[in-house]
Amino acid sequence: MSVSHHAKTPKAMSKASGAPAPQPVNAASYAAPDDRGRFGAYGGAFVPEVLIPELDALTRAFRAAWDSESFQRDYRQILCDYVGRPTPLTFADRLSRALGGPRIYLKREDLCHTGAHKINNTVGQILLARRMGKTRIIAETGAGQHGVATATVAAKFALECIVYMGAEDMQRQRLNVERMRMLGAEVRPAISGSQTLKDATNEAIRDWVSHPHNTFYIIGSVVGPHPYPMMVRTFQEVIGKEARAQLLQYEGRACPDVAIACVGGGSNAMGLFYSFLGDARVRLIGVEAAGEGLDSRHAATLSCGTPGVLHGALSYLLQDGQGQVMSAHSISAGLDYPGVGPEHAYLKDLHRITYEVASDEEALHAVRLLSQTEGIIPALETAHAVAALARMAPKMTASDVVVLCCSGRGDKDMTTIMGADVAA
Amino acid sequence: MGLFLTNGFPDLDATVPLLHALVAGGADFLELGMPFSDPLAEGLPIQRSSARALAGGVQMDDAFRTAHAFRQTSDIPLVLMGYINPILQYGVSNFCAAAHSSGVDGLIIPDLPPEEAGLITASAKAHHLDTIFLVAPNTTRERMQMIDRLSSGFVYAVSVTGITGAALAHRMAALEPYLARVRTAIRRNPLLVGFGIKTQRDAQWLCRHTDGFIVGSALVDVIEGLWNDPSLSMHRRLHAVQRFAQDLYPSKE
Repeated sequence: MSVSHHAKTPKAMSKASGAPAPQPVNAASYAAPDDRGRFGAYGGAFVPEVLIPELDALTRAFRAAWDSESFQRDYRQILCDYVGRPTPLTFADRLSRALGGPRIYLKREDLCHTGAHKINNTVGQILLARRMGKTRIIAETGAGQHGVATATVAAKFALECIVYMGAEDMQRQRLNVERMRMLGAEVRPAISGSQTLKDATNEAIRDWVSHPHNTFYIIGSVVGPHPYPMMVRTFQEVIGKEARAQLLQYEGRACPDVAIACVGGGSNAMGLFYSFLGDARVRLIGVEAAGEGLDSRHAATLSCGTPGVLHGALSYLLQDGQGQVMSAHSISAGLDYPGVGPEHAYLKDLHRITYEVASDEEALHAVRLLSQTEGIIPALETAHAVAALARMAPKMTASDVVVLCCSGRGDKDMTTIMGADVAA
Repeated sequence: MGLFLTNGFPDLDATVPLLHALVAGGADFLELGMPFSDPLAEGLPIQRSSARALAGGVQMDDAFRTAHAFRQTSDIPLVLMGYINPILQYGVSNFCAAAHSSGVDGLIIPDLPPEEAGLITASAKAHHLDTIFLVAPNTTRERMQMIDRLSSGFVYAVSVTGITGAALAHRMAALEPYLARVRTAIRRNPLLVGFGIKTQRDAQWLCRHTDGFIVGSALVDVIEGLWNDPSLSMHRRLHAVQRFAQDLYPSKE
């Protein structure tokens, strides 16, 4: 790796080679990120000068808010009364039997208001925007779930909202485009590059650079420059905290043997995993999109990528030999991203999280499997985690307990799924 | 007067003749852009020029070839502008060595703020490359002074909180106190202003507070127009580019 010329850059990485043994991470000493937003060598803030004062102000405001009782009270109350938390932890008895292995629990983020975990984060960030006196909200979106979650809280808090979305994604996810418009947001197409999430993020950053004084950029995942990866993780930690308490109630132990979640940018996974990082017995498994296969078009950034800088952070990246960012591909618009959160890169290098992949086709089968065993139509993103679990389950035993993050519901994907059925 | 051009735009054969046309038009130094797939500080003109160059197959080594060819007949300063990721992939040390040996004088990396600059500063210094950092209207005075200490070559004052090619006209009034503030903070390096400068009038006005100015997007727009007109000969296009540069140059006060 060329970036190893500098002591602070990541170690050279070989291509994904099987599943390394999970390593314990000392919960007491795990303090990533540091003050500069570094997760080991990853993270940081690679942004134009205009954004440095804004990111500094955001970091200060976030820390102050998170430590304040009034912010915590507002945040918890909205999560309870408006989002519908805590979300259930559902024992998936028929799925467990169908897979013939472990006892599987689903953390039901699909039951959050707006249909995915994304709103946990947008509630936190919009409360912060209000505290900072910002009047204009911008966001990027891939599948549209983060865009809808942002438009929703912007409506609730009466703030102007502009959502950037790749022109191709607007075609794939028309229902969510209409939902955002219904909520009063303006949806602006990103027409450059691959016209997907990567390009929508570029446009959102350009907007923020151009309107830093009144604008708050609500990033939808654990990506972007510091403090976003830390802040979004913090707002999503509620997933894992609730799951621990609920599992203790149902199984008499807080820790499952396996926690599993899909990874695009990686926010639902970090939200679930963070509470278990210090428990070495919990295997943490992130599932990336293998698209049409790892030797073809895919979005398996951690499995196949190399360290690089995109959207303000050093992390893993799908790029060519010239350092140009490649287009990702996944049937799931929410996983269709050539980057990934820097904390995932760090925890991969530490072997604390292992990363698996699931293809478009496996995900489509998994949608049907979960729908017909549990009566839950999952998002295509979530279905990647279900697919990987289906592969792993036969090697596990009936005493093993799995928590799978059911990150979103699949209504938005019905057109895509029906289209794929026709094609097949 | 500094002028910016994306390497390989509109095509690789045009770049060196264009650089010479800009010199003939009065450029005091040149900024050569290394195209990147995700140029997040750029407006549409430079986004388009980068995409066109990449579609034409332009690679990092082409920047060194362009610089080397240009250096055969010109001594005026040449700096490379590009985003950090392609430089990391090339290898910082290799990149700096190749830049120096091809006659490059300095580097501008818009997504590498001082906090992350440790990635390149040692290598750049070892290979005698200036590292040019940017200040913006929302940069504090203390930070401007820090940036002045870290910079060599010059300090680049971004005219607006915005992307390249942003509209300047209606912000002129707000610029005056900002540039006056920058002027007092930047003591060690020359101070140049850029972003959104389109006319000689813009340039002349801004130069009252700085040591010079940089034009990029407006030039890229002109070149794009000239190359999209198939009726024009290469000679006429280059002449028009030279005239554009001449017309930008501020008259002596």
